[in-house]
Order: sequence, then structure tokens, then C-alpha cells
Amino acid sequence: MATETLKLDELIARGYEHGFYTPVEVDTVPSGLNEAVIRLISAKKQEPEFMLEWRLKAFRHWLGMTEPAWSTVRYPAIDYQAISYYAAPKSRAGGPRSLEEVDPELLRTYEKLGVPLEEREILAGVAVDAVFDSISVATTFKDKLAELGIIFCSFSEAVREHPDLVRQYLGSVVPHTDNFFAALNSAVFSDGSFCYIPPGVRCPMELSTYFRINARNTGQFERTLIVADRGAYVSYLEGCTAPMRDEHQLHAAVVELVALEGAQIRYATVQNWYPGDKEGKGGIYNFVTKRGDCREANSHISWTQVETGSAITWKYPSVILQGDNAVGEFHSVALTNNYQQADTGTKMIHLGRNTRSTIVSKGIAAGHGKNVYRGLVRVGKSAAGARNYTRCDSLLLGDKCAAHTFPYIEVKNPSGRVEHEASTSRIGEDQLFYCQSRGLSAEDAVSMIVNGFCREVFKELPMEFAVEAQKLLGVSLEGSVG
Amino acid sequence: MNAPVHHAVEYYLGEFSRLAPALPGQHLPWLRRAREAAMERFARLGFPGRRDEEWKYTPLAAIEKPHFALVPSAPGSVAAEQVEGFALAGTHLLVFVNGRFEPGLSRPEKLPAGATVVSLREALEGDAGELAARLGRVPENVTPFAALNQAFMTDGAYLRLAPGTKLLKPIQLLFLASQPNLAIQPRILVLAEEGSAATLIEHHAAIGDIGYFTNGVTEIVACPGAAIEHHKLQQESRRAFHVAAVVAEQDRDSRLASTSFALGAALARVDIAIGLQGEGAACTLDGLYVAVGRQHLDHHTRIDHLKPRCRSRELYKGILSGAARAVFNGKVIVHPDAQQSDAFQSNHNLLLSENAEVDTKPQLEIFADDVKCGHGATVGQLDEDQLFYLRSRGVDGGTARAVLTMAFARESVDRVGIPALQKRLDQLLPALLPRESEGQT
Amino acid sequence: MLEIRNLHVAVDGAPILKGIDLTVKPGEVHAIMGPNGSGKSTLAYILAGRDGYRVTEGEVRYGGRDLLALAAEERARAGVFLAFQYPVEIPGVANIYLLKVAINAARRHRGEPELDAMDILLRVRSKLKLMDMDESLLYRAVNESFSGGEKKRNEILQMAVLEPKLAILDEADSGLDIDALKAVARGINAQRDPGRAMILVTHYQRLLQLVVPDRVHVLAQGCIARSGGWELAAELERTGYGGITGREGGEEARP
Repeated sequence: MATETLKLDELIARGYEHGFYTPVEVDTVPSGLNEAVIRLISAKKQEPEFMLEWRLKAFRHWLGMTEPAWSTVRYPAIDYQAISYYAAPKSRAGGPRSLEEVDPELLRTYEKLGVPLEEREILAGVAVDAVFDSISVATTFKDKLAELGIIFCSFSEAVREHPDLVRQYLGSVVPHTDNFFAALNSAVFSDGSFCYIPPGVRCPMELSTYFRINARNTGQFERTLIVADRGAYVSYLEGCTAPMRDEHQLHAAVVELVALEGAQIRYATVQNWYPGDKEGKGGIYNFVTKRGDCREANSHISWTQVETGSAITWKYPSVILQGDNAVGEFHSVALTNNYQQADTGTKMIHLGRNTRSTIVSKGIAAGHGKNVYRGLVRVGKSAAGARNYTRCDSLLLGDKCAAHTFPYIEVKNPSGRVEHEASTSRIGEDQLFYCQSRGLSAEDAVSMIVNGFCREVFKELPMEFAVEAQKLLGVSLEGSVG
Repeated sequence: MNAPVHHAVEYYLGEFSRLAPALPGQHLPWLRRAREAAMERFARLGFPGRRDEEWKYTPLAAIEKPHFALVPSAPGSVAAEQVEGFALAGTHLLVFVNGRFEPGLSRPEKLPAGATVVSLREALEGDAGELAARLGRVPENVTPFAALNQAFMTDGAYLRLAPGTKLLKPIQLLFLASQPNLAIQPRILVLAEEGSAATLIEHHAAIGDIGYFTNGVTEIVACPGAAIEHHKLQQESRRAFHVAAVVAEQDRDSRLASTSFALGAALARVDIAIGLQGEGAACTLDGLYVAVGRQHLDHHTRIDHLKPRCRSRELYKGILSGAARAVFNGKVIVHPDAQQSDAFQSNHNLLLSENAEVDTKPQLEIFADDVKCGHGATVGQLDEDQLFYLRSRGVDGGTARAVLTMAFARESVDRVGIPALQKRLDQLLPALLPRESEGQT
Repeated sequence: MLEIRNLHVAVDGAPILKGIDLTVKPGEVHAIMGPNGSGKSTLAYILAGRDGYRVTEGEVRYGGRDLLALAAEERARAGVFLAFQYPVEIPGVANIYLLKVAINAARRHRGEPELDAMDILLRVRSKLKLMDMDESLLYRAVNESFSGGEKKRNEILQMAVLEPKLAILDEADSGLDIDALKAVARGINAQRDPGRAMILVTHYQRLLQLVVPDRVHVLAQGCIARSGGWELAAELERTGYGGITGREGGEEARP
């Protein structure tokens, strides 16, 4: 078989691979949210005044907002005062300057996760900005990137070292007033990645960030900002794994992408936060705002996501196509098993002339999983010649799961052309029988068929991610066959 | 902001307490209770606002503001010759003027044994026992307007088909409006017993360019094996408002074909809800909306697959020009245990002018695994290759566009198997398609 | 009838035709041959007036008029006909209806009275026989779910009914089995006329064995590489395009 399908029974025995806890001393701010906490976060991070002002503005706006209720996801009310909004490994005091300075316990954690930083540096040519809970602990390849004028660092560092860039672009795609979770993030965001590619530079390697949620009862509020200046190119990979927990945990990240004239940003995510156990206990709430802005002509932003984790996923990586001839893409695989819920999709907002967008969404629901595609394609009055093609397929495994499709299409320009297709089906018994009569087990057959179903999206992922995504799919489907 | 809302609701509440004693069927306790409950429901819900997901693209201020009269001032202001312009050949014709049945203008002709059609007022003024189970409730999931209709319904038609009864000719229910500023609340009930079959044409039109508000409800009950066609031709005055709900419940192996041709009204909203409640039931929902000027035409359809082995097909097409706006929302819900459901839905739109707008949202909600479901939606212009092909055969651009636009509408017209209705549409449609100058972009 | 002088054409800024000279007189049949991508279809489209092609240099005169200044439908009414390589499907428009609209558009243009449906049907019927086509095809939507052969026959049928002065047939033979090819060739030959010129755009020689052209031109890389009589087509069949264009025939030399 061509695909790297793992034996499912082997995977079942394994349980949640990344479920371990790293005993590191943690410097935590007491639970609760008020202006004093925000001032404390800002002070701990030694931020300039404008950052504090921005946080406070967002916080004051957030106080007047209500949590959105329009999605199909259901979860118990979140007590925002019970969350601690800042946690940093204590050993960081002073900040590690190199890998040698990093707490060895942390490095071992990454090794178990399959992110051996030192090896990756050599083997894969990937620069890793690893985020452990709330602050960045190690950044590699920085020097090499610096030679090209590329800035790739933690958000905190960017705020200190490149305040003008941060000030210019922060909140310019996702304003602090955007939505409930984005406003909350703007007020309390702890850290994240910052990336700037100067004009005409093609970033020579895939940039990558691994997120981890570790400390108990800690909300994680990442903020990522990527700016590709004129004619620049960057491919960015984001991967997430989290240790096993019983309490639900909130992850409310914001990612902003800005592509200037002729620039291209490819953003790929493999998300396998802890999904909760078979009874639906535990798991991450993944409420994320991701948006790209094709701000100038001929720019190009593509989102590729493989979402297999989290108890609840609520995210709509979107593209605002402002510049003429801009291109937006969204390729997604979302898998929900057991009691997972995913409400995900995209928005393509066509404003510039001859803008194009493509949406390919593959949803797989198993067990009691609920999988929702929710998307908006809007062709504004100014978007003459805009084109969109949407393909949205759902695969159902078992009779207790659910798959929903909610595409919104709004067209205000007659030369716009929008096509949307969707299908929902299950794995055919004849397909299964065919595979089994060729000697495959039912599990292998399902795994192979599911991988085939997702191929269109996987081919958008960088090689090593594609392999990992296939493995993840196998793990996530465990127990759903039979 | 909220003041006018209250105002409108209070107006209808006031009118209800004033008019209720004179509404037909007040001697029936179940009906009195049903009307009161509906009025309470409407008062509680009020007019839907734009924050309501189901109404976000359709503003209702224009309907909410005027105080439409609920009782026509004088009956019978329409002459027989005026009816002829709307009557379709070869039908059992029932005419309603300003919401009231006009026997003098109707030609119901003789129905086959086992089939009865009477005006709703007549049915309600009798003992109406058999209606209690049907008219006594309006499903909770339809709009507040359906509740308003329930409270005020005065007339309409009740068609009953005994088991095995088959109508050969269609029944045409022609609703004509001739009085301005009137709220007309027609109610149609079709009760098709086992193995019966009938075709109904519900036709709404106006005498003169007047403003009024039609708020209709049509209920169809298809017992096992029944086959019902319901075709709606909406050609209200361009100044009128038309809101309607079509609710059908289908039992085992029943068939329903429903078509909505929306051509008239300043603002029209039609909610169609089909419950496939018995195994093997099938429905086909088709529609064609042609909007010009500043017309706003909205269709919301919902098909619930509740039992195994049901099939649904849906094709809605729209042609928009001027500064017109169309909304389409098509829901298909496959409930748990509705295995082997087969559902497909499509919505295709032609935008022919700079200021036209369409908002479409086909949606699937699926809770069963052994299903075949899909949908497709497109928005676009006429096909450039087809236009060039016609032009290379010597057809000028304007004619080529007109030919292709009619061809786009053709599919919807062809699917209605009633020659008299097809002929009428062929007469009506060309006048609604943009002329060469407007069509250019 | 047709004079093409130093014609340069670009698509999306890329030059496709780079200086074509061609003169076609009434009654003549010219074949334009060439490998894929040599610009054959571009030439056909530019003569028929399709959008998206930019003439950067040169001129095309048709009966003394500037052809390029006319809209596609004006060219058609003036007697220019293009048989499409890939005839477009038009759901909802009956084949006979298209013929009626097209015939009457031309008649109106000439100041002649329009024909009614019966006249048109009579006219079309006689041509159906020539093309060995079933009348039922007239009532089906234009080209919709027609087989490849039916589509090509339908194009020639339209030519027979519309009686153009200049017919450009773009790959009229591609994808046809031998019976359909013979029917198409019969249709074309029947319409050879001292007053009518034809341009056959084709990749292969097999159509030219059935419709013998007066002149053969080989188009390569946007220029006419060679011109000659019918024997040039036969030579090409032996040597492939490589011998003439200076490149290997390679994939183009498929049977």
C-alpha cells in the first residue's frame, strides 16, 4: 500500500500518545481577569506603553461583549474569572539565549512529542519557534534568517525589538474589537510568533511553531503575526500537541497574515490538541481567529489545516482579498470522533478585481462526533471578475455522528462567478468489501479510504507534515470501525 | 428602534380582540383556542428582525409599518372579464377576491366522486370536526407570520380527497387583490387520503397597481401513497408584499411536487417546509424567481428526512436584474435513523446587472450515516462561450442574451407538466427579462 | 475574398501568430495544417471574432472590408461561418430554434422577410438527409448530450443551412469514426461552390483525402512555414511536421 497507514489496533493500544505532564516549576499569575492583571502581564513582559494601551482598549471592549452562541458547538459555560492568564516556566528567568540554556526537562518533552529541536535543525532544515505554555523558549536558525533580513522571533521579542513593525501591523487584520475571543486574546495574549519577510525575499525554509499546553488551568492565548512584504514568500507550519488533562482548557489564539503586493504566504496547521476521552471528558476548547489580508495586488494567501484534535474546534481561517488579482485558498481536513465537535470553515471576502478563491473542505465524523462546515463567500460590489470554487465533502462513519454544511454565498457583482458543491456519504460497503477481498483488515481499509478522501488536502501540506497528518488520522479514528 | 415593532404587534393584537368574535368558526372551542394561542405566539415573537438568522437578508420594515386593514371594505369589486386574464384553461377554477371566496366568479365544475373542495369559511361554519386535527396547530418551526395567519384566517380552500380518488384536471385557486392597504390571509388545506392524487395551482395576482399584504399558509397532508402537486404562481402587484408558508407532511410512499414561481411583489418571502414522515416518501421542490427593479424575492425551504428510504430533489433558479435582490436558503435535515436518505439540492443564479444581488445558502444537516446527500449552488453571468457561439451564427448580443436567459428559465418551466401553466409562463417571462440595454454590463 | 496581411496576434500578452499572410479567393479550399500549439485555432477564432485575442499588427480584409472591425455577429451575417472544434452545449435552446434565430438574423440584415418555423423546417430537412442525421436532433437542446460525431455533423448542418461565403472549419474531423468522417466530408464537398471559400483547419491529412484542397499551408510557431498543393499534405503524412518545422514531429505524429 502506498500510504503510510499504521495498524489501527496498534494505535488503539497506544492511547493518546502525547498525554504526559512535564513537572516544571511555573510562575503563574493568580486566576481572574481585570485591568490589574493586564497591567501585570504587560509589565512582566516589559512591554512598551502602546502595547499596554492596546491591551486595555481590547479588554474594555471585551467587557461589553457577549460570548457568541450562533455556532453549533455546545459546551458548559466558561468562567473567565477562574482562568489564570499568565504562566511561564520559572527557569526562564533571564531568558535562555540558546538551546543549551533551555530547561532539559522541556527539551525531553519535545523529544517525546517527536520534535527533537537539535535534530530537526539538521535533518529537516526547519526553524522551530517552540512555545511552551505562554512564552517562547527556543528559536533556531535565527542567524541564518537574519542574514536575509527575515525576522522570525517570539511575539514578546518582536514587541521589544521591532516595535514599529508590530505597531504598524498588529490588529490590522483582526482588530481588537473583532469578536469575543479575539478581543479577549488582544487583552491578555501571552506570546506567539512574529515573522516579517522583507521585499523580494523568498524564505528558504519552512518556518514552524509547535504549541503546547501544559500548566493546569492555564488559558493559552497565542498571537501570531506574519507579514510578507512586496514580492516575498513564506511557508509557515503550525503544529499542536497537548498532554492529557481532565479539565477543559481554553485556547483562544489569533493569527494575522498580511501579504503585500505580489507576496505569498502559505500557512499550514496540524492540530491535535487533546480531544477528550471516549466519554467526552476533558479536551481543549480551540476557539481561534485566523485571518489573512491580501492587502495589495497579486498577493496570495493559502490556509491548509488538518484538525483532528480538541474537544471543540471553532475556527474559520479567512482571506480578505483586497488587492486586484489576489488569490485565497483554504484546504481543510477536520475529523471528529467520540464526542468531539468541530465548527470550522472559512470566509473568502472578495473586494479586489479578478480575485480568485478556492475552498476544499473534507469533514469526517465518527462515533458521536459532530462536524460542521461553515463558510462565507462574499463577492463585493467592487470585485469585478471574482471567482470562487468550493468543494465541501463529508464522510460519515457510524450512525451516531453528524455532519452539517452551512455555506453562505453573497454576490453583489454580476461578473462574479461562484460555484459551490457539497456531498455527504459514508464508506460504501462495496468499497470495504473490495479492499477486504484483497486482504486488508476492515481498519486498514477504512484508514486507506479515509486517507484517499483527504488526499486533495494532504497534497497541499509539506511532505513531513503530510505523513504526520496521515498517522494522526489513523490515531484519531481509533475504535470507530466495527 | 424598538418602538415601531411594539406598535405593529399592538396594532394586530388590538385588531384581533376587536375582530375575533366575527371570525368564522368562533362557535368551535378548539378553533377559538387555536386562534388565541397563535395570537399569543405572534405577540411573543413579533416581526422577525435582521438579527434573526432566518431573516438576516430580508428587512421587514416595509411590512411592519403600515396598518393594513384586516377586513375588506366591500366585496365583489372584480368583474368576470378581469378574471379571464388570469384563469388557466382546463382547470377547476375557484376565485377569491381580497381573500374572500367568490362563487359567482368561480367555475369549480364537477369533481370526481370522493373529491370535495369547499371554501374554508364554509368548512369552518359547519361542524368542521375533521379539521380540528389539522387546522388546530401550526408547526412551531414556521414563521411568526404563519401564526398571524392562524389567528386571522377567514377564508381559503379545503380540498379533501377520499382514498384512491384521482383528479384529472388541476384545481386553480386564484387569489385576486383589488383593494389597497389590505392584509389578506388565505389558508389552504389539502387532505389527500391513501392513494389519492391531485394537482393544485395556487395563483396570486392583483387588479391594478396597488399596495397590500398577502400572508398565506398552505398545508398539505399526504397519506400513504398519495401524489400531490402544488404549483404556486406568484404574480402579485409590484407594490405588494407577499409572505407565505407551505407546510407538507408526507406519509409512507407519498409523492409531492411543489413549484414556486415568484415573479411579482415588491417583497416576497416564501417558507416551504416538508416533513418526509413515512418510509419511501419522495418530494421534488422546484422554484424560479425572476426579480427586476427593486424587487426582493426570498425563498426558504426546509426538508426533513425523518424516516428511512426517502428521497428529495430540489432545483431553484433565479434571474436578477436592475437593483433586485434574491435570497435562497435551502435546508435539508437528515434525522437519526433516516437511513438510506437520498437528497440533492441545487440553486443556480444569473446576475444580469451591476446592482443586482443574490445571497444563497444551501445547507445540509445530517445525523445518519447511510445517506447520499449533496448540493450545488452557483452564481454567475451568462456563459461567454455560449454567447460567442450564438453570435458567430449571426445572432446579435441582445438577442443572444435573451435566448440564453430564457433557456436558463426553461428547465424550471419544463418541469411543470401542465401545458396551460407552461404557456402562461412563456407569456409572462419574456416581459420580465431585461432588455438589451439593461442586460449589458 | 479574404486577405490576411502580416497578422500578429497575442493572447494574454503572449504572441501566438507572428506575421501571417494568406489570400483566399472565392471557390477555393485552403487547408491549414500544423502541430498542436502552432496557432491554428487562434487563426480560426480571430477570423470569427472571439474576444480575448489582441491583434498587435497587420490587417484582415474580407470582401474589401476591414473584418477585424466587425463584431462576431456582424461577421456571421456578412457570410463568415466558423465550425467549432468543440461545439458549445446550450441547454434549454432547441437546435431548430437556434437555426431559426440565426437564419432570420441574416435575413433581416439583408432586408429580406423573416421565415416562419415551417419554412425553416423544410429548408433544414433537406440538409439533414445530406448529413445523414435524424430529425429528432433538431428538437434536442443545442449540442447537449450529442455524441462527438453528432456535434461535428451538426456544425456542418448549420453551415449548409446558413450558406456562408467564407467557412472556416476548425478540426472538423477530430474525434470522428470513419462513417461520421465520410458524412462530414460529403457535407463539405456538397457545399463547394464557385462563390464560396473554405478554410479547413486540421491536424491530419485524412480529411484532405476526402475533401481535396486547392492549397495547403503549414503553420508552425505562429508563421506559415510552407505552402503548396495537395501533395504537401501527403508529404507531411510521411515526414511528420518535424521535417517542415525543423523540429521532431514527436507527439504530433500520432495516427
